[in-house]
Amino acid sequence: MLRIECPYCGTRDQNEFRYGGEAVSRRPAQPESVDDADWAAYLFYRANAKGPHLERWLHAYGCRQWFLLARDTATHAIEGAYRLDEPPPRIPAAPDETAS
Amino acid sequence: MQRPAQHWSAFSLLRHALGGHRGWRPAWRDAEPRPEYDVVIVGGGGHGLATAYYLARKHGIRRVAVLEKGWLGGGNTGRNTQVCRSNYFYPESAAFYEHSLQLYERLTDELNFNIMLSQRGILELAHSLEELEIQRRWANAMTLNGIDSEVLDRPAIRKLAPALDLDCRLPIVGGFIQRRGGIARHDAVALAYARAASGAGVDIVQQCEVTGFDVEGGRVRGVTTSRGPIAADRVALCVAGHSGQLAARAGLRLPIQSFALQAMVTEPLRPVLDTVVASAVVHCYVSQSDRGELVIGGGADPFASYAQRGTLNTFRDNAAAALELFPAFSRLRVMRQWAGVCDIAPDSSPIVGPTPVENLYLSTGWGTGGFKAIPAGGDTLAHTIASGQIHTLLRPFQLDRFASGRLIDEGAAAGVAH
Repeated sequence: MLRIECPYCGTRDQNEFRYGGEAVSRRPAQPESVDDADWAAYLFYRANAKGPHLERWLHAYGCRQWFLLARDTATHAIEGAYRLDEPPPRIPAAPDETAS
Repeated sequence: MQRPAQHWSAFSLLRHALGGHRGWRPAWRDAEPRPEYDVVIVGGGGHGLATAYYLARKHGIRRVAVLEKGWLGGGNTGRNTQVCRSNYFYPESAAFYEHSLQLYERLTDELNFNIMLSQRGILELAHSLEELEIQRRWANAMTLNGIDSEVLDRPAIRKLAPALDLDCRLPIVGGFIQRRGGIARHDAVALAYARAASGAGVDIVQQCEVTGFDVEGGRVRGVTTSRGPIAADRVALCVAGHSGQLAARAGLRLPIQSFALQAMVTEPLRPVLDTVVASAVVHCYVSQSDRGELVIGGGADPFASYAQRGTLNTFRDNAAAALELFPAFSRLRVMRQWAGVCDIAPDSSPIVGPTPVENLYLSTGWGTGGFKAIPAGGDTLAHTIASGQIHTLLRPFQLDRFASGRLIDEGAAAGVAH
């Protein structure tokens, strides 16, 4: 069981949270101008890093806020939790989050 | 240089017994890597070994190497729960997995190695009338695809698996069974393919990690390994769990996420369950191995993970689910618990075939059910590599489906929701 520090509520058990996947690049601002391959890259293609990983979590049974978690996918060690309105930490495997 | 595999039979056993069992040779050759091959296969699990076997035996390509970073069959091939079945809903999957099950049915004879296939049936439980209706549709779809299926009522299920508590918290109202489904010994499948491939001239190289790819002008020319560079005309990635890591070394990004799926076995007990029971509602599946241990699987850890152990709360949930169905098992002790890292595609279907890098082939996305697909995965990938034409059964399972939108959404067919 992970102990996750929600940026709003503090540290709680993992089963209060729902995993929301890798923090990927932002949604294209104009989806109609993006071709199928780029849209697939946004929807489905992932870095799937082994090691430091920036990911989204929802505090589903708490404040119901989404936030970012920096976690190691091999050791499960948690680096930190970040609100979506803060500048996210630099995680080498997920460079897209800060792009565009 | 190559000595064919010894034929095993009751007669050969007797002959060796007369010689004091001193004449047995190793079942397969632990080879040293050569500098160049026609085909290099990365990953010495079931899929890699099966691909090598069919390349050598069916297509006559003899200069084939299987490179394994650890030991043979030490990844998900030795970590799965041994289930073989073809009870899929969509025609693309049904055709593929039925081909696999049919190959499994002949495999012991073909490879002269007892893979201990036991077609004891796989029973999917329905916990509500609505679920039973959906299962009826599922079973009918299977029948239309030429695959055996049978809807069972409560008395039939009680007779089939008396240990099941039909009146559990979410009472069981029925279910459906594929009687040709069952289990096979997973280590035996890997060893059988290794022995047959080795006998056909394939080099199986252990402790040889692929660290990079030699790509020139968009075409793969070979691999770099922990034991030196190896040139190859064609390279196939048949690793489980680390497909994304490996593909990244060839400059590819994949629509894959890796999750840890765990399983456990209890202490052995006398025969109590002679079918495989799965429930998508309480989220587990149970079978009894030939050694008498109950093999219990369930949900995956709910977040991306490369840890081959699984977390305690998922382990506890899976055990609780099994006890919901079989309260009588509550005093059994769990002997072992482990996890395998599963590469899961967005539609829970595999991705097998060519990649944007010329002559680099991929076999991934087997998710939580790669074991049952080993014979067909190897057969169809070998055909694709040997002929350069994508095998008919593999056409729907290409990378381009993520751009075209032609997904094969088999999330439900995992048997439990992963």
